Amino acid sequence: MRREFGLFDTLLGWFIHALLLVLVIVTLYPLFYVAFASFSDAGRLVAHRGFLYAPLGFSLEAYAGVFKNPGILTGYRNTLFILVFGVAVNLIVTALGAYVLSRKNVLWNNFFMIVIVLTMFFSGGLIPLYLIVKGVGLIDSLWSTIIPFAVNTFNLIIMRTAFQAVPDSLEESAKIDGANHWTILMRIIVPLSMPVIAVMILYYAVEKWNGWFYAAIFIKDHKLYPLQLILREILISNSTESMATDASNADRFQIGETIKYATIMVATVPILCVYPFVQKYFVKGVMVGALKG
Amino acid sequence: MAKTASPAAASAGVRTRRQGGFGLRFVRDFALNKYLYLMMLPVVLYYAVFHYAPMYGALIAFKDYTPIKGIIGSDWVGLANFKDFFSSYYFWRILKNTVLISFYTLLFGFPAPIVLALLLNEVRSRYFKSFAQTVSYIPHFISLVVICGMIVSFTNNDGVINNLLTHFGYDGQAMLQKPGLFRPIYVLSEIWQKIGWESIIYIAALTGIDQEQYEAARMDGASRLKQMWYITLPGIMPTIAIMFILRMGNLLNIGFEKIILLYNSVTYETADVIASFVYRKGLLEFGWSYSSAVGLFNSVVNLLLLIAANRLTRKLSSSSLW
Repeated sequence: MRREFGLFDTLLGWFIHALLLVLVIVTLYPLFYVAFASFSDAGRLVAHRGFLYAPLGFSLEAYAGVFKNPGILTGYRNTLFILVFGVAVNLIVTALGAYVLSRKNVLWNNFFMIVIVLTMFFSGGLIPLYLIVKGVGLIDSLWSTIIPFAVNTFNLIIMRTAFQAVPDSLEESAKIDGANHWTILMRIIVPLSMPVIAVMILYYAVEKWNGWFYAAIFIKDHKLYPLQLILREILISNSTESMATDASNADRFQIGETIKYATIMVATVPILCVYPFVQKYFVKGVMVGALKG
Repeated sequence: MAKTASPAAASAGVRTRRQGGFGLRFVRDFALNKYLYLMMLPVVLYYAVFHYAPMYGALIAFKDYTPIKGIIGSDWVGLANFKDFFSSYYFWRILKNTVLISFYTLLFGFPAPIVLALLLNEVRSRYFKSFAQTVSYIPHFISLVVICGMIVSFTNNDGVINNLLTHFGYDGQAMLQKPGLFRPIYVLSEIWQKIGWESIIYIAALTGIDQEQYEAARMDGASRLKQMWYITLPGIMPTIAIMFILRMGNLLNIGFEKIILLYNSVTYETADVIASFVYRKGLLEFGWSYSSAVGLFNSVVNLLLLIAANRLTRKLSSSSLW
């Protein structure tokens, strides 16, 4: 083997590793910064300039402030509600649709597919959707973040493709044994499509967890705010002062800063704890979507 | 049918038989599949109510909608809302912002994951590769609100990024209060969040490249750079083309949620895009019909862009969506 470019290639290799290392640091450091800042002493953090390499002092005051805010707890509760019922509705409706659309010899299936795919490319827009949601009486209800988003068209198509891949012979024999459509779906199709269904659960769950925009326009009652809306109030509209009521004005501003970082921790750490376990399913999902979509 | 008048009786016979055949197929299909249609009912209802009814509701773009009169009862005004929009001071501002923010995101955000995938492909150590990959996905799992909260904190006048830049001569003001910095902040944070996640698809495509090609190239003395350019890149070109079309179709659907979280009245001049404008005019200022017209304009342009992108890539490479 000729290796004329040996030195250059080695240097290139080092360069690539260095570049990736920079990327890793740029990705991780902001998260470490948030963690350090959240445990820091409020006064010292506000006075500090530049990078943090460890917490400045150690204080749990900010976390106490976060949990004193009733919004965080109600927000978590509302988000949990949306997550559990939302994903359940998503899965049931998507699976039903995917099952019917994956059947052969159904006269209207082509029509259904066209009608469904069209919605990926054209929509009526935000205002008409708001008027419809208002019209069906979902305003100021947690269901407004669930029912109007019962099916994600992209996910429906992925699931349909997965259902189509189940061998016909299995269903035929089940039919001979007198199984109806419901039984075939629940006993044969779903168990055999578990990997794709796991991916769907994750996709829908992330959608529900992250969603804030439609909640912001459909829900006015503060008690029904999901976590992300509470986070928006604290992190972006700057309403931390209310959480440190027993402090003086200057202290309030200082602790407000650490409360923000502690809030980010409280809202993100649970997700990042789950992340290593579900990561590979997500990656699989991207592949499934890419190959089939 | 009417033109074939001479064998009238015969054609009439055929017609009735066909109609009967079609009707029969209809009835037979329903008898056979009625439970399937029952299962499909929730899906059909969902699409009818939350996708097609809003499309019908978009008619209010051509009306002077008032909640009391409703969608049907409101008065027609023809294209008045569109004329209002096209002649308004905001039209060019939000169109320019939308196009520029999309363009910059495409220009820098689209190649970034491809570059990352190519870099990762060159890493020999499996351990380092999977570590770098895993780390690069993490931002995808942090919610948008939290990311924007971090951006706000870091770029604030006492924030860490702001502090860092003051060493390089930045004046230290809150960065999100500066119209000139909005787009760079938007695009850079977009790359930070999505580079790892979007690279997955290219990494998947890379595994599909025939390893013997590299072997042969090495035999011929091709350097790594040359292998990258002549084997790896062409190998993932179809994937790049498809991703490009999908991206084009969504060009005007830029992440307006992020814009709404980050902008403020000081930065409207560089940050306000069509979607955020629709949101503000429609839902905060109750200009229902006007903002529906703006939204409809956005949808139509999007559709045209998708079709154009598909045509373009079909001409340039063999891959296309349809």
